[in-house]
Amino acid sequence: MLPSPFAFERPSTIADAVRAVRESGDGMFYSGGTELLLAMKMRVIHTDRLIDIKGILGLDRIVLNDANDIEIGARCTHNKIAGDPVIREHVPALSSLCANVANVRVRSVGTIGGNLCFGEPHADPPTMLAALDARLVLNGPGGTRVVHADDFIRSELETVREPDEVLTVIVFPRPTGPVTYRRFKHGERPSVNVAMAWSLGSGGRTIRSARVRVGALGSRPQPLKAIEDVLQGISVAEVRPAIEAVLPTALGELEVNEDRHGGADYKRHLAGVLLLRNAEEAIAAAGSA
Amino acid sequence: MTDVLPISFSLNGQAIAIDVPTHTLLIDLIRDRLGLKGTKRSCDMEVCGACTVLLDGEPISSCTTLAVDVDQREVTTIEGVTPPDGLSRIQKAFVLHGGLQCGFCTPGFIMAVTALLKATPHPTDEQIRHYLHGNLCRCTGYTKIFEAVRSLAAEQVSEDAA
Repeated sequence: MLPSPFAFERPSTIADAVRAVRESGDGMFYSGGTELLLAMKMRVIHTDRLIDIKGILGLDRIVLNDANDIEIGARCTHNKIAGDPVIREHVPALSSLCANVANVRVRSVGTIGGNLCFGEPHADPPTMLAALDARLVLNGPGGTRVVHADDFIRSELETVREPDEVLTVIVFPRPTGPVTYRRFKHGERPSVNVAMAWSLGSGGRTIRSARVRVGALGSRPQPLKAIEDVLQGISVAEVRPAIEAVLPTALGELEVNEDRHGGADYKRHLAGVLLLRNAEEAIAAAGSA
Repeated sequence: MTDVLPISFSLNGQAIAIDVPTHTLLIDLIRDRLGLKGTKRSCDMEVCGACTVLLDGEPISSCTTLAVDVDQREVTTIEGVTPPDGLSRIQKAFVLHGGLQCGFCTPGFIMAVTALLKATPHPTDEQIRHYLHGNLCRCTGYTKIFEAVRSLAAEQVSEDAA
């Protein structure tokens, strides 16, 4: 099906892009279009103007900056992130995640920023970015603001981004311990996914802190607070029994939508299985570090 | 009012300059205005791969790509990888191994395999499966397609013969 007609602009700066959206009635930023065009074809999203941000220089950079943070330009495609040497070296789990988003054609043009801004609950990147404690930089008419990944997605298909704010860069501290990600899926989108990031103490045998996020179950990625608490300060060797002791409680606190991906009990069970497998991988990684 | 933009691009090596409504999809430009019917529309939602074309050598879903986005770029369709006097080595391998039945998904598979072998001339079994995971076929059960691609992966070919 064809999308409804719209005007199409190609600004070359962020300021011009923001102005273009602001000046139009319901203009939207546009890059890969892998989510937006689908919705426009189904006529569930209407816009009278698309503002193509692909011509803005600098939105597809990936760097490890002087503050030891990794910066990923919002317009980076999944393919680019998957193959990037900085990501491969410092966050191989993110490289692998991006190499497995949807299919090869979506990865060619779909961007990480577009994925986040669409707010689709059944998505891979938001869960890991929340576990990595990423900050998202939004540029709007009033300047720049920074939103934590945990606070970005408000509910299904809805984020805190204003229509005239463009997501420009995703920033997160370079991980200092194993980062793991697993998902279960029937089709192209994850039914359940779990991301875990450990910060290790000196010597690499104890966990200083852990961040655990479960995605796709509710409207946005959720922390497993009980798991994070029990992992804090323990030795890597104690991880499995520690998780098992609190797992039923932790899983019980998750908000779970029953949908075509499965019932609530089933999906909670899957989340627990994925978490324990992530833990096994992280234990092995910590042991070999 | 419909907005129209002029675009210039290379289609299978041929320079095209044409005015397109901004909401025109690439697949409709290729099939209906430029008359190349080899590219197929099936799922219309980027899942099945039947509409795969190459944009600057990368596979994309032409069903969900705006025609204005190929401005100043190179588009390759199934017609562009088919020699005038026969079949390409990839197409021959599909025939030889029975990698098609009804044939509707085949152009998409051929384009995906073209891109795969360009990036990775000798893919492992795992790499073949991973790359082709996004192309659906309802006839073959995939085994024959996989065997066709595996036969190509094992071939040693010079750059110009590919």
